[in-house]
Amino acid sequence: MVGSPRFGDIEEVTALLKGAGYLATPAIAGTVYLGDRLAKPILVEGPAGTGKTELARSVASMTGTRLIRLQCYEGLDEAKALYEWDYRKQLLHLQARGDGVDEGDLFAERFLLARPLLEAIRADDPVVLLVDEVDRLDVETEALLLEVLSDYQVSIPELGTVTARQVPLVFLTSNSSRDLSEALKRRCLYLFLDYPTQEREKEIVLSRVPGLSERLADQLTRVVRSLRGLDLKKRPSVSETLDWARTLLLLGADGIDPRVLQETLQVLLKYQSDIATATGSLGELAP
Amino acid sequence: MLDLLAGLVRELRAVGIPVSPTEHIDAARALGHVPVTDRPAVRAALAATLVKSQDHVAAFETVFGLYFTAGPAPGFDGLDADSLDGLLHRALRDRDRLTLRALAAQLVTRYAGMEPGRPVAGTFYLVKTLRQVDLDGLRDRLVAEASAGASPLDARLAAEEYTARTAEFRTEVEDEIRRRLVADRGAEAVARTLRRPLPEDVDFLRASRAEVAALRDTVRPLARKLSARLARRRRGHRTGPLDFRRTARRSMSTGGTPMEPVFRRPHPARPELMVVADISGSVSAFAAFTLQLVDALRSEFAKVRSFVFVDGVEEITDLLRTAEDLTEVTRTLNGGSSAVWLDGRSDYGHALATFAERWGPQVKSRSTVIVLGDARNNYHAPRVESLAAVAARARHLYWLNPEPETAWDDGDSVIGQYAAHCDGVFECRNLRQLKAFVERLD
Repeated sequence: MVGSPRFGDIEEVTALLKGAGYLATPAIAGTVYLGDRLAKPILVEGPAGTGKTELARSVASMTGTRLIRLQCYEGLDEAKALYEWDYRKQLLHLQARGDGVDEGDLFAERFLLARPLLEAIRADDPVVLLVDEVDRLDVETEALLLEVLSDYQVSIPELGTVTARQVPLVFLTSNSSRDLSEALKRRCLYLFLDYPTQEREKEIVLSRVPGLSERLADQLTRVVRSLRGLDLKKRPSVSETLDWARTLLLLGADGIDPRVLQETLQVLLKYQSDIATATGSLGELAP
Repeated sequence: MLDLLAGLVRELRAVGIPVSPTEHIDAARALGHVPVTDRPAVRAALAATLVKSQDHVAAFETVFGLYFTAGPAPGFDGLDADSLDGLLHRALRDRDRLTLRALAAQLVTRYAGMEPGRPVAGTFYLVKTLRQVDLDGLRDRLVAEASAGASPLDARLAAEEYTARTAEFRTEVEDEIRRRLVADRGAEAVARTLRRPLPEDVDFLRASRAEVAALRDTVRPLARKLSARLARRRRGHRTGPLDFRRTARRSMSTGGTPMEPVFRRPHPARPELMVVADISGSVSAFAAFTLQLVDALRSEFAKVRSFVFVDGVEEITDLLRTAEDLTEVTRTLNGGSSAVWLDGRSDYGHALATFAERWGPQVKSRSTVIVLGDARNNYHAPRVESLAAVAARARHLYWLNPEPETAWDDGDSVIGQYAAHCDGVFECRNLRQLKAFVERLD
């Protein structure tokens, strides 16, 4: 069942990710590499906006494979995550055929609606499966994932067990709004994505926002780091840094002074109280 | 290599990180796929397989550093003290990592005066080394150089930058010392001296300033987690009576056959919380933390009201929401409030009597009252009857005591007398116990 490995070594992963526009630290590249080699799902945790979903997307694009995404929410059940019998179609079938229907007919593959997890398992081509925001699932529903994640198979009582034809590369993301169960964690490799260091963030900004001068990139990432040090409700994420960089580029700013900062702060901070805190802390610097 | 891994896993378990045998096996398998000479790759492999929670990452880093030490750095043996200083200055300014590592090694050789076999912790050598270098002075010099003629914003950014870089260098020195200690005594012996509790096991009463700061950072994420859990549990999976209208409506798509019945959702009442906290010196860290946590959870309760006392009592519900943190609250209180009535030493009797008198009538059958404190009454009259009066009106009355259970009723602690009127008295010394208590609240 174990497919051929996708990557030769860790450097290859780093290079490929870079080609897809994702700057990976050794920890990120190493974990992706191991996820492939050990055929284990990767659980990515960290604050919002640090590139968890983006990582899965980049891996899919760099390997040139399809990305199947399961967005989790409270109340998601197996009918939405695994598979569902299309009972409307079954009902029609019954009515159309009249009496002579035997039960086996009713539970055939053509009445089966594949949901993301089953779809990823059944796919013939290699795929990347992204289970997004897994922490939003109810604790009981989490157990649904276990069979898929450890054995790459789905048991359907009426049909039997569907086993994977290829091992999909699985990413689970979580904002850690609750602790995931031990059983789930044990089956996964764990990757914690924190806010990047200033140097790495600068590289990210430079690669994602073409046309930005290096000096400005340096300055703006330092401001962001400084803001992250404040006690804010919502700290600026990497995606917000990128938005800010684009804003500054559009405005044609060639440096950051307190005035520019005040005018564009709402791109970085999304709460009025946070903006007040930040202006209070940085405002005293205004000439 | 496998022995080394086994040692690492043993140490992680000793620190309190749960590592299951499956994870141990996974780690061993993962090591087979990475080149052993590539330290970052080995680190990534072990971190991904052994550590499954963000809270444990820091502890893992320390232990990993002990068991998989980096090789020795090249030295600058011939240089005198002044040129070393100059070199450090330049390396910090240009962020020359290689030179910084080499310098750290050189400084430790020169100044730490490490003696083989001497069982002291690394901090001793760290202090000894850094005393000779004056990192703070160096940082100030660098900041002054960088901010000469720069705008105030740039100056501030430069200051933060160099603070970060000197901190990096400090870690570098620490690592170097640790590396040598390991070479001298072996990883396990060093690990024992460095063992520090995980954030959730830190004792509130003994927490150092840094630990308190770390605890404070956990308030918001923890509150979010707990409120998600409380909401989920309250909603529960119990279903109410059949919702006939919606069932009939849904049956339309199956030709009038009701295939999926729909049930009404129950709407359980939310309790009202009143938290009464002792904020006198000895237990203030615990009180501050708990008040903030409970207040952050207010969306899960009908109402949360916070009170503080030393020997008088004062409501701080509004103050808590506008203030940045509790130090500010305490300051406001000290500047003329009725939390301090007489001499600023805890008087539970008077505080409880005042509470019963002023707010007692507002305690209703839906209110849950939580008292936080060690019940060390400084030999004042306990006035148990006021607590009894509050308990009679409230739905539940709980008492959280930050002292170990063995110290209860010892000396001036009168917790036993109060306990008779509480629905429960809980030992609440660390985050783990506090979490368990909040989860059970209803």
